[in-house]
Amino acid sequence: MLELLWLVPALPLAGFLRLLFKAGRLSRKSIAITGVGSVGLSAVIALIIGVSFITSPPPGYVYTQTLWTWIKIGNLVSEVSFYLDTLSLVMILVITVVAFLIHLYSAEFMIDEESYSRFFAYMNLFAGSMLILVLANDLLLFYLGWEGVGLCSYLLIGFWYKDPLNGRAARKAFVMTRFGDTALAIGIFLIFNNLGTLKIQEFMERAIHNWSPDSAIAVAAAALILGGAIGKSAQLPLQTWLPDAMAGPTPVSALIHAATMVTAGVYLIARTNVLFTLAPTVQLSVAVIGALTMLIAGFSALTQWNIKRVLAYSTISQIGYMFLALGVGAWSAAIFHFMTHAFFKALLFLSAGAVILALEDEHNISKMGGLRRQLPLTFWTFLIGSASLSALPFVTAGFYSKDLILWEAWSSGNRWFWTAGLIGALLTSIYIFRVVFIAFFGEETVRVTRKPKCLMKIPLIILSVFSIIAGFIQLPDTIVKFPIFSDFLHRALPATKVKYDGVNVQLTLQFLTSLVSLSGIFLAYLFFLPHRQFTRSFVQTNLGSALHSYLFSGWGFDWFYERFFVRPFIWIARIDKDDFIDIFYLGIAWLNLVFHRLLRSTQIGLVRWYAMGIGIGAVITLVIVVFL
Amino acid sequence: MNTVFYISAAVAIISTILVITGKNAIHALLYLIVSLLSVALIFFVLGAPFVAALEVIIYAGAIMVLFVFVIMMLNLGNEAVEQERRWLIPEMWAGPSLLALILIAELVYIFTRGERRLYSINVSEPKEVGISLLGSYLIGVELASVLLLSALVGAYHLGRQRRSKSRTMKIKGEL
Amino acid sequence: MASIPLEHGLLLSGLLFALGLLGVFMRRNIVFILMSIEIMLNAAGLAFIVAGSRWSQPDGQIMFIFILTMAAAEVSVGLALVLQLYHRFKTLDADVASRMKG
Repeated sequence: MLELLWLVPALPLAGFLRLLFKAGRLSRKSIAITGVGSVGLSAVIALIIGVSFITSPPPGYVYTQTLWTWIKIGNLVSEVSFYLDTLSLVMILVITVVAFLIHLYSAEFMIDEESYSRFFAYMNLFAGSMLILVLANDLLLFYLGWEGVGLCSYLLIGFWYKDPLNGRAARKAFVMTRFGDTALAIGIFLIFNNLGTLKIQEFMERAIHNWSPDSAIAVAAAALILGGAIGKSAQLPLQTWLPDAMAGPTPVSALIHAATMVTAGVYLIARTNVLFTLAPTVQLSVAVIGALTMLIAGFSALTQWNIKRVLAYSTISQIGYMFLALGVGAWSAAIFHFMTHAFFKALLFLSAGAVILALEDEHNISKMGGLRRQLPLTFWTFLIGSASLSALPFVTAGFYSKDLILWEAWSSGNRWFWTAGLIGALLTSIYIFRVVFIAFFGEETVRVTRKPKCLMKIPLIILSVFSIIAGFIQLPDTIVKFPIFSDFLHRALPATKVKYDGVNVQLTLQFLTSLVSLSGIFLAYLFFLPHRQFTRSFVQTNLGSALHSYLFSGWGFDWFYERFFVRPFIWIARIDKDDFIDIFYLGIAWLNLVFHRLLRSTQIGLVRWYAMGIGIGAVITLVIVVFL
Repeated sequence: MNTVFYISAAVAIISTILVITGKNAIHALLYLIVSLLSVALIFFVLGAPFVAALEVIIYAGAIMVLFVFVIMMLNLGNEAVEQERRWLIPEMWAGPSLLALILIAELVYIFTRGERRLYSINVSEPKEVGISLLGSYLIGVELASVLLLSALVGAYHLGRQRRSKSRTMKIKGEL
Repeated sequence: MASIPLEHGLLLSGLLFALGLLGVFMRRNIVFILMSIEIMLNAAGLAFIVAGSRWSQPDGQIMFIFILTMAAAEVSVGLALVLQLYHRFKTLDADVASRMKG
């Protein structure tokens, strides 16, 4: 059964090709069937493979399938081969299932869209590239998937290309992730140059043998890979593209910018964990970056009015949690949080999409109110998603994953990380329930024109169920010892090397986490429902409005980049508008013209002049012959 | 005999100079004929009586007469002489004279090198010329006749006056 | 018989040739240019005769006959062209035919 592995990325790509070549000639229904069906089939096959893998695991819990040799030049050998271990199995299951549900949802969501087939073509291409990324056995194929998802992100953010603002957002995303991509490429070159192989498992082996911990080369390679991860996963300092990327359609935001692409960085670091273990300074900076990003994004999310921007900052913040986990060495905790986050964030985005569609493209939550009576199903799904996001104790999946991360952060010895995580959890509850209370409670201010139908409701319901039960596969020791998820992942990822305090400490911490999450909900209720006037008047004060605008603009990063990077670059480009290197080539042409003009002036048209020329030539020839 | 050579050489040179500096076309042509006649005399002295006769008959007698006919047909008149006077100013012949001088100097240098040796001149009879011409140089004769044919055709075609179109149209109308 | 040094004959020929060349460069009237060309051709023929007499062979005279033929052909065509030029430009100035300028 495991031989069907190659179908998992191949089916979405086949869907893309079919939609590409038969672009104008398919009906809405067949486009939807191709687009959704390819990913759906891929999900089914992934499930079959998963079952087969778990029930009769291959030796060493690793299965490799090599399709063909892609590049073979001397020492450089790159094959198209897929590597299935427990980590990539988890990844493909989450990706295909979530992608399938989102595709199903967008079959109805995008039904009015003119370029229906273009949308599904891009989505399928994205799904195929992402699957190649997580299944890749060597760095070059990985980079192919990496670039592919970057391309699809650009294409889909700027999907409604007729509005130039969308194009700008797409370009911003592409250029910022390009910084990361370049760092990653240099890192790959470095690894190949030094270790001689691109196969992931091989180079990690050789790195252990050849590189000493914290040596310059190890730090360089790890830092460059971290650079790539930062770009794709929108962490500090490359996080400003993600809020603007909300210009794309909502299913795009759900799939790419919540569940899958932005977590590619997390996957990258988890996959190359050996490099980070060999460079503890870089691993520490991973955690620091994660913690800082988490807080910055969390504060920014408090002030946003656009419902999708709140969710975008929330994504940045939650990935910060994952980075924090990776930084302290809790590899499986990070993947666990990735899984639960994929479910509840996709759920939140899809519910927000239903709201936006219902109110005819209204994104501003201050214009919404009392929607829970008009959109009951959407309200419940959004509520479940928010609860999972703020880690409501015991009943939500988010609680288990976030609690695990906080526990590992505490156990790593650095109490600051734990504190940051706790503050982050508080912020999370506040900002997400702010949205819930403003948009769904209170008085009704708008009329709903369009309610979601079957194809949109099913994914919402399924994702809500997952957001609740997905956590139950990894229960902490305080409840009952049931760590099957981390045990499963430990076949691929190393165990966390920390000293664990006793169960009592863990219980206390869990209690604190629950307290924080509940008090966040309460605070949100307080400030935004009964006492909303108080909040509003606070924002009107000098301090309040200054703080508000600072946080609203994402802590001024956009302003900083615009000032110090974009403007100087444009200035230099404008100076060199005539391309001074061209002067050399133009000079050659000009010289040519000068000589031509000189020669032309000898062509007078007078016969006597020509005769004179012949005479002079004859005389000179005679001189040469006779005297020389 | 030698003096005849030198005298006719002098006459040839002087009349040539008068040709190239002449203002009136007919006068220049007449001077050219004188030059050609003196060269014919030189040929005779050098022992080539046949070509001496040919020079007089064909060169001076046919070609130059052709020139004279054309000049007279052009009917130039006095303004042509005035024009020539205007054109022949010192600035005009300074450069060419220099060039010609250089050429003469070179030629003198070339011709006066080598040992000097006197030899006697034997007359080549026309009979000899005839046998050699139609014997070993027969192909040259044929080529020369082809050349003359082409010149004939070319001169006829180029010299044709194109009449006005109406005359040709009238002929076509009549047909 | 006469005995004239070869060099003198050739010198005369060269001198006449240079004078003809001078005429070609100097004159603006086409007819005069053609006349100067005739002078040059004659001078070349003289050189041939001188050489032929030095070797006492008729080959020089034969060459001169060919030169003569060629001169006749050239003069007839050239004068026809002069007539055309005069017909078109109403002048014998060689400088008016400068359409190939530039």
